[in-house]
Amino acid sequence: MLNDHIHLSYEIVSEDFARAGEAASDVKRVLKKMNVKPDIVRKVAIALYEGEINMVIHSLGGTIDVYIMPNEIQMKLEDIGPGIEDIDKAMEEGYSTASETIRNMGFGAGMGLPNMKRYVDDLDIKSGLGQGTRITMRVIL
Amino acid sequence: MDNFYTAVRLEEGLCRGCINCIKRCPTQAIRVRNSKAVIKTEFCISCGECIRICPYHAKKSIFDPLASLNQFDYKVALPAPSLYAQFNNLGSTNLVLNGLINMGFDDVFEVSGAAEIVSALTRKYIKEHRDRLPLISTACPTITRLIQIRFPNLIENLIPIISPVDLAAHLAKERAINNTGLSPDKIGIVFISPCPAKVSAVKNPIGIEKSDVNLVLSMENIYSRLLVSLNEIKNKDNLEDLTMSGKIGISWGGSGGEAGGLLSDNYLAADGIENVIRILEDLEDEKLRDLEFIELNACNGGCVGGVLTVENPFLAKVKIKRLRKNMPLEKSSLTNYIEEEPYMYWSKEIEYKPVYQLGGNMHESINMLREVETILEKFPGLDCGSCGAPSCRALAEDIVRGQASENNCIHIVRDYIHKLSEDIYLLDAKKIN
Ligand SMILES: Nc1ncnc2c1ncn2[C@@H]1O[C@H](COP(=O)(O)OP(=O)(O)OP(=O)(O)O)[C@@H](O)[C@H]1O
Ligand code: SF4
Ligand SMILES: [Mg+2]
Repeated sequence: MLNDHIHLSYEIVSEDFARAGEAASDVKRVLKKMNVKPDIVRKVAIALYEGEINMVIHSLGGTIDVYIMPNEIQMKLEDIGPGIEDIDKAMEEGYSTASETIRNMGFGAGMGLPNMKRYVDDLDIKSGLGQGTRITMRVIL
Repeated sequence: MDNFYTAVRLEEGLCRGCINCIKRCPTQAIRVRNSKAVIKTEFCISCGECIRICPYHAKKSIFDPLASLNQFDYKVALPAPSLYAQFNNLGSTNLVLNGLINMGFDDVFEVSGAAEIVSALTRKYIKEHRDRLPLISTACPTITRLIQIRFPNLIENLIPIISPVDLAAHLAKERAINNTGLSPDKIGIVFISPCPAKVSAVKNPIGIEKSDVNLVLSMENIYSRLLVSLNEIKNKDNLEDLTMSGKIGISWGGSGGEAGGLLSDNYLAADGIENVIRILEDLEDEKLRDLEFIELNACNGGCVGGVLTVENPFLAKVKIKRLRKNMPLEKSSLTNYIEEEPYMYWSKEIEYKPVYQLGGNMHESINMLREVETILEKFPGLDCGSCGAPSCRALAEDIVRGQASENNCIHIVRDYIHKLSEDIYLLDAKKIN
């Protein structure tokens, strides 16, 4: 049973906008090869993209690990900081600490985390100021 | 029909088994096996990229020969708007229409005329379906096929209005029956196509049961005949006015033209298959918001860049622009008198064809993908194409699907031979001692 899954792993570099989104599109490419319903592929791709972009914009970098199992898909996003001070607030639609420059790039609407919550079955965030952020998302198949 | 029908074919005698087409194909539909290119038809979207790239002209589009017109008593030509862009100093589209009559057609019906009706229907459709924005054009059959095999989430965004060709064919047939009293099977509706995609779409329709088009000619194939015909009549006065379309209609021939006909600015138009794929990826991920309409053309420049056209697509676009100059916005004679009817919309669902899927269920998919990764580790990752697959990964997937073997990789075979010769050497060395 332990072997019955696919593990995909990605390194995320802070502020590397040229490569931002590569993890999400690679996961999408793999899922389209599998027996996963199209709307689930889309949900995973969108949620993961939001999480990945957040790591590029707000964090100092980290890793994304995706586990594709027969009954669920798990995405683990882990970065090295600076962390989220108030998670409840960060979850609110429209809340963003993005800088002017980032906003001019089209990000910073404060919709990323709310979208992640909407698209996955389970979202768990562990974070705090000065520490890294660990996000686990689960999508049930 | 389970397998897609494709008008793209291989002329085996000309194929040298090089890797140009397998590398260019946007859906990875081609493999070289036994030194010949093979099209996996269920992956083919009839875009014609392989026809464009093949240095030996081994890839071609099938179409009907001119001689096949003879089976009909009454023949109606349906010129695609891109046809007007193939000639120099035309002055007016009417010359081409009269040229077609001079060539032996009994009547002409401009696809651009029907396109104006489709534009009007699309404007209305967008207004009534704001919950499904952005809506995606279905005029280029290659795009619809691509969405069908690779972007199933976007199927619901497709505009279910029949294509201008099919609408023109329906109206032309009706008119011919009324004018001649002939039975429908005596009437030949003949489309002059810029591309294999539209040939495929006539033979294996999308969204409808059957097209009213009876024959499809290739623009390239009739070009010289039509040119002669145009020269014969170009100095004639008082040619009959056969035109049915204005600016909106003929603009459909180039990219951005269809979108322009919506008289709104809230659209995106992309052309060239690789650009289109990027847009579709973004659309699927909901990265493109606040747009009403997406026009996508597989060919660079739109249909004027079709692989069966003759003129350079950039010049062709200039020519369309020049032709538009003295035209009305649309020829309301057509848009006004034709009523909206059910046949103008798709009657058949567009189904997702999961051709890329490995495995019939999740367990199988996982196992097969794991196997792909294991096999991939043995390959050098050069994507050299010598194995006949477009990439190492594609070969690994073919192996897992049971369609190829590891020995297709020349690097694996080379290493094997190395090892073998080493063994033999050692064996010989032992003997001498
Ligand atoms: N990985 C992270 N590390 C540190 N802070 C984060 C991280 N992810 C999110 N945040 C904080 O949570 C806020 C809300 O995130 P959310 O993704 O909802 O909006 P956004 O990224 O600011 O804007 P949008 O996602 O709409 O472009 C961010 O502005 C940021 O302050
Ligand atoms: S863009 Fe036009 S010419 Fe090219 S494949 Fe599509 S329909 Fe054919
Ligand atoms: Mg965000």
